[in-house]
Amino acid sequence: MFSLRARAALLSIAVLLAFLGFWQALASGSPGESARTQYESLVAGDAQTARVPPPSKVLSLAVEQLSDPFYDRGPNDKGIGTQLLYSLGRVLVGYLLALAVAIPTGFSIGMSPLLMRAMNPFIQLLKPVSPLAWMPLALFVIQDSVTSSVFVIFVCSLWPVLINTAFGVSSVNADYLNVAKTLELGPLRTALTVILPAAAPTILTGMRISIGISWLVIVAAEMLVGGVGIGYYVWNEWNNLDLAAVIFSIVMIGLVGMLLDWLLGRAAELVSFKA
Amino acid sequence: MTTRTSHAPDETAESPLASEEARVDRAIEDAVVRAVLGGNDASRRAFIQRVGAATFYSALASVFPLAACKSAAKEELDKTAKGATAASTSKPLEKKDLKVGFVPITCATPIIMARPLGFYEKYGLNVDVIKTAGWAVARDKSLSKEYDASHMLTPMPLAITLGVGSTATPYLMPAVENINGQAITLDLKHKHKRNPKQWKGFKFAVPFDYSMHNFLLRYYVAEHGLDPDKDIQIRVLPPPEMVANLKAGNVDGFLAPDPFNQRAVYEKVGYIHLLTREIWDGHPCCAFAASAAFAKAMPNTFGALFKSIVDATHFSAKRENRKDIAKAIAPKNYLNQPETVVEQVLTGTFADGLGEVKTVPNRINFDPFPWHSMAVWILTQMKRWGYVKGEVDYKKIAEQVYIAAECGKYMKELGFSPPSTTYAKYTIMGKEFDPDRPEEYIASFPIKRS
Repeated sequence: MFSLRARAALLSIAVLLAFLGFWQALASGSPGESARTQYESLVAGDAQTARVPPPSKVLSLAVEQLSDPFYDRGPNDKGIGTQLLYSLGRVLVGYLLALAVAIPTGFSIGMSPLLMRAMNPFIQLLKPVSPLAWMPLALFVIQDSVTSSVFVIFVCSLWPVLINTAFGVSSVNADYLNVAKTLELGPLRTALTVILPAAAPTILTGMRISIGISWLVIVAAEMLVGGVGIGYYVWNEWNNLDLAAVIFSIVMIGLVGMLLDWLLGRAAELVSFKA
Repeated sequence: MTTRTSHAPDETAESPLASEEARVDRAIEDAVVRAVLGGNDASRRAFIQRVGAATFYSALASVFPLAACKSAAKEELDKTAKGATAASTSKPLEKKDLKVGFVPITCATPIIMARPLGFYEKYGLNVDVIKTAGWAVARDKSLSKEYDASHMLTPMPLAITLGVGSTATPYLMPAVENINGQAITLDLKHKHKRNPKQWKGFKFAVPFDYSMHNFLLRYYVAEHGLDPDKDIQIRVLPPPEMVANLKAGNVDGFLAPDPFNQRAVYEKVGYIHLLTREIWDGHPCCAFAASAAFAKAMPNTFGALFKSIVDATHFSAKRENRKDIAKAIAPKNYLNQPETVVEQVLTGTFADGLGEVKTVPNRINFDPFPWHSMAVWILTQMKRWGYVKGEVDYKKIAEQVYIAAECGKYMKELGFSPPSTTYAKYTIMGKEFDPDRPEEYIASFPIKRS
C-alpha cells in the first residue's frame, strides 16, 4: 500500500480542501443589489460591507500582491516582499543579540548550581512578561522606535535559549564528565569539547522555540509602532477593514515562520547524534 | 561680438558661453562695469584694454562685492525656477528632507494632501509624510526627534509643554489643521436612544485623553446632567480601530475624527447622532506641531514648512477643491479608506446611518489661525477634569504655545487676511465662554473634578 508519508500528505491535502470548501460556502453571501436611492449609493452595498471574505478573494489578492512584491508607492505603501524583509531584518538582529547573551549566560548558569539557584527567581519573573508590556518602557528609554522593537525581540527571545542552555549543560551525562576528569581535561576544553556537543541538541531546541517567539513578537511590536514591516502592513489593512489582506498577511506570516522553524530544525539535526 | 574680458583672463572670446551660469556672470559684470565707467562702449573698452583686464577687475572687486553679487543672483534665480515665492528666496533652508508624521484621519488633510498636491515642493522642501499608529506614538516619535514635525491634537502641544503625560518639552503649534470635522456615532442598536440621559452605563471611545474629542464629549454629557467619570465609561482607542470595536460591541459609541464616523455608517454598524459643529461651530481639532527647539535651530526650514501648511490649509478650505483632495488622500499610502467615505466627509453631503442623506457644507473646515482663546478654553477643560492641577497662567501658556502672530504673518504673505485679535468669545451649547474669565467659567459648571 502507500507509504506512511504519502498517506499523511494525502490526508493533509484532504483536510485543507475540506476546510477551504467549507469556508467558501459560508462566506459567499448574496450578490449585492444595485444601488437605487442616493442614500444607498453612499453606503456600502451588501457585497461591500466588511466581512470575512471567501478563499477565492484571498487567493486573487495573494496572486496580485505576490506578482509585484517589491513595489514602492511611498513610505506608507510598500510591497509585501519589502515589508517581510524589513521585519525579518529586525528579527535577525534581535535574535542574534539574544543568542550572543543567552548562550554564554546559560552555559555559566548550567555549570554552576549556585548561579542556577541565584538567577532562577529573576528568570522566572521576567520570562512571562509580554513584549507589548516592554514596549512603552523601551520607547521611553531608547527613544527610537526601530531600536525599541529590536530590544523587545531581544528581551523576549532571550528566555527559551537561556533556560534550555542552562538545562542542557546541567544535565550532561555524568559519565562524560567523569571521563573528562580522568583524561585531566582543563575546564575550558571540557566545556568546549565535552559539554557543548552534549548539550547542543537541547540548546538548538531552545533556539528553535526562540525564533518562533521572535517572529511572533515583531508582528505585535510593529502594529504598535508602525514603520515598514509586516505588522504595520496588517495594521494598515485592518484600518481599511480589508480582511482579505489581513488573512493573506496571516498566511504569509505563517509561511515565513514555518521556513524559519524548518531552517533551525535542519540545524538541530546536524548536531544531534542519532544512533 | 564686443570684446569682453572675464574674471578668468585667459578665457578667449570664442569659448562658448552656453551655460546659464556664465551668462548670468556676464550680465552682472556688464552691469557693474557700465555703472562704474559710464555709458560709452568705445571708451570703456579702450580703458580696460589700456589698464589690463586683470588689474581692472581686481580693482573693481576691492570696491564692489562682485562674487557675492553673482552668487546671490544665481540663488534667487534658482529658487524662482523652483517656484518659491519671493519672500522665501532669500533664506537658505537648513534641512530639505523632512519627516512629518500624521494619523490617518481627515483632520490631517492639509498635512497629507500637501505631499501629492505639491505644496511642500513649492517651498523647496522634500517632505515624507509618515503614517502613525496612534497619538501616543506620534508624541513619542516627535519627542525622540524621529519626526521633524507632526500632526497632533490641539491640546497636545499644550500638554507636552506643561509636562502633563510626558516629559515637559516646549512645543509650538503654528497652525490649526481643521475646525469641526468630528461626530458622535452610536451603535445602530441604540438608534432609539437619542437622548443623552439614556446613556448611563454606556462605553464611549475617544482617540486620546488630551483631545478635543474627550473634552467635547465630556462637555456634552455634562450639559445633559451625566458625570463623564461616573455615569459613562470613556476609554482611549486609536481612531482606526474604533469601527471594528463598534462592530464587535466593545463600545456603544464614540466621539471620533472622521472618516471613522462615516465609515461606521458605510459599514452599516453605526449612525451619526450629532456632528460636533452642533456643539461648538468652529471648534479646533487637530494641529500641526513642532518643537520649539526645531524652530529655533532651523528657522528657515521651519518657516518654509509653516508656510506650506498654511497654504495647504487655505487650499483645503475651498469647496471646489474638496472632491479632488478626497481622491488624492484616499489611497493606501495615505488614509486607506474607500474614496466615497472620504468624499462624503469632505464635501458634506453624506448618509447619516438612519436612512437620510444630509447636506452640511461646514461638516469639516480648514482654518489655520491658532486663536489664543481656543488654547484658553482647552486649558480650562483640562483644569475642570483634573488633568492639570493648581494654578494655571492661561494667557501666558496660550501665547507661548499657539504662535498666532507668526501664523498671521504667513497668512498675510500668502494674501489672506488674519483676524485682528487673537482672543474671541465662543458660545458652546448656548453657554458663553469669555477667555478673560477662565476661573469663573470653570466654577460655573456643576459637574467638574477640581
